[in-house]
Amino acid sequence: MAEAIAFYTLAVLILGLGVAVITTPKTVHSVVFLVLNFLCVAVLYVVLRAEFLAVIQVLVYAGGIVVLYLFVVMLVNLKRAPEAHEDPRRLARLGLALSGAVLLELAGIVVYSYGRVTPASAPAAAGPLTGAGNTEELGWLLYTDYLIPFEVASVLLLVAMVGAIVLARRES
Amino acid sequence: MPEGFSALDFYYILPEIVVTGGALVVLLLSVVTPRRDDVLLGVSLATVAAALYWVAAFAGLDVTASKGLLAIDGFAAFFKVVALGSAAVTMLMSSPYLRVEGLRAGEYYFLILCATLGMMFMASGMDLITLFIGLETMAVSFYVLAGYLKPNPRSNEAAVKYFLLGAFSLGVLLYGMSILYGVTGTTSLEGTAAALAGQESGPLLVLAVVLVAAGMGFKIAAVPFHMWAPDVYEGAPTPVTAFLSVGSKAASFAMLVRIFLEGLPSLGAEWTALFWGLAVVTMTVGNIAALTQSNLKRMLAYSSIAHAGYLLMGVVAGTQRGVAAMLVYVGVYLFMQLGAFAVVAAMRRSDVVGDELKDLTGLSRRSPMMAFAMLFFMLSLGGIPPTAGFMGKVWLFGAAIDAGFVWLAVIAVANSAVSLYYYLRVVVFMWINDETAPASSPLVLGPAMTAALVVAVVGTVVFGLYPQFLFASAEAAATAIEGLGAGTSALR
Repeated sequence: MAEAIAFYTLAVLILGLGVAVITTPKTVHSVVFLVLNFLCVAVLYVVLRAEFLAVIQVLVYAGGIVVLYLFVVMLVNLKRAPEAHEDPRRLARLGLALSGAVLLELAGIVVYSYGRVTPASAPAAAGPLTGAGNTEELGWLLYTDYLIPFEVASVLLLVAMVGAIVLARRES
Repeated sequence: MPEGFSALDFYYILPEIVVTGGALVVLLLSVVTPRRDDVLLGVSLATVAAALYWVAAFAGLDVTASKGLLAIDGFAAFFKVVALGSAAVTMLMSSPYLRVEGLRAGEYYFLILCATLGMMFMASGMDLITLFIGLETMAVSFYVLAGYLKPNPRSNEAAVKYFLLGAFSLGVLLYGMSILYGVTGTTSLEGTAAALAGQESGPLLVLAVVLVAAGMGFKIAAVPFHMWAPDVYEGAPTPVTAFLSVGSKAASFAMLVRIFLEGLPSLGAEWTALFWGLAVVTMTVGNIAALTQSNLKRMLAYSSIAHAGYLLMGVVAGTQRGVAAMLVYVGVYLFMQLGAFAVVAAMRRSDVVGDELKDLTGLSRRSPMMAFAMLFFMLSLGGIPPTAGFMGKVWLFGAAIDAGFVWLAVIAVANSAVSLYYYLRVVVFMWINDETAPASSPLVLGPAMTAALVVAVVGTVVFGLYPQFLFASAEAAATAIEGLGAGTSALR
């Protein structure tokens, strides 16, 4: 029951934030909504008892990737000057809100998963693995059953990197 | 060695390992010897040849490797040969094209090889995850390749359009896959088929089928998911367009057959109706839109859309003979479509873009060999005997009738008749003698371009006269897809 309530609340939040991302007129706002969206997804992972994925979701998506988005947004906005620079403190507040949210999220995950990273909390569908926490189980699956797709994914990342360099490089 | 793996698992993916290794060597060489395009071409071609050797060595096998994620069977081998073959011909026609456009060869060949790697995993994937990663590897390579002509705004537009629409369609596809996973609890296609066997289809499963079909429909450029194709085909460098319209389309069909025929046979009633409709609108819209095109690449794009419609007939038939006919047509399409694009690529000279229909004016006089090659490709695309395209169409239409889809075959025949108009228009242009045409630099075919054209012509003609080899390998490959109704024995 509690799980259902959590899921539907989160689902509504995720969808609502998703709509907000694409309807907000200002790019920076839409990136902020995206961060909130990612954080809600992370909470969803916690509800599913995939704590490791939740932390990764926050660190990689809400943290790394969105910061990159913000970089791009701000670099692009430089050309259309004032709008983004009217009130420097607004940016500071935004930064504070962002980092606060991330901190809260991480703290929540740590508090929630404290003492739960035991075999008892392993997801039901995890099969006969003997590994302890779900970090170990995930790693185990990635490097055994899904080793080949995992390696192909590394080629995929290399392609993306080479592609980005090819397209961004200034021809001499 | 990870638990449950054996040396065999790595042995079976030797072709893929060879392609990956070759791609990395090309990338390194492009740094070490930056201006030696011929060396890069040679290494890339050698990589493809080595991979082809190993694919051929595994052709008779029917096993799964890597804990059931990959199938090493005849079906996979067939599509790997198609992927590698189209990559090789693409590289051959790229080398002069890159020189004219002044493009860097190292990253270009690297991306072509990585796209090929993705296609190979799409051909042998037996798990939604493997298939998806393969598809994504191929797609990302193509996003970059489409925008490889950086100073050309049309190429930029092609890359951005393909990227945005491609990312959107991948989202749709993933959504469908995640519903499938939610319902069945497994990403393996065999597991999915087992979990769904004998089950009633519900709205959720129908939604999953529609979403996956829409995602795949984008990749094969089926109407109504085709809007990107003409713009991307026109803007991308011509050899990339050729590779996109052959390799990418073939690999996507392989993935489509795997997912629907091997993973979702129990939902056959739903997706057969869906693909029936898709096939009809795809071939009709493609052919009608092609009638009015004045740009060769756009015309070939619409013709390629129409061909996706024909190929879908094999999936609709859903019999072993239907799949075999689809494979035959893929094999035939490989030669005629690559050949047509090779001619367009050869028309590109330092002062001429050469992708307009009127650029072909008087080609029969300026370069009779090229004009005759183009004549064969156009006749084959239109399905006129004695070319390979005729044999492919006979098989496809026959398979559809055999499976009871007579109206589909009738519509396809009517469409082929319509398509003759625009294919023959190309021929008419080549044989017009227009003395007033402005003088342009002469057509010079280098050895690489000649090799590409010769391969394409030989394939188009030989498989038209002696199609038995292609028929036999397609039939053998189709037996690898399990659980198909046999259909009556194919014509011999």
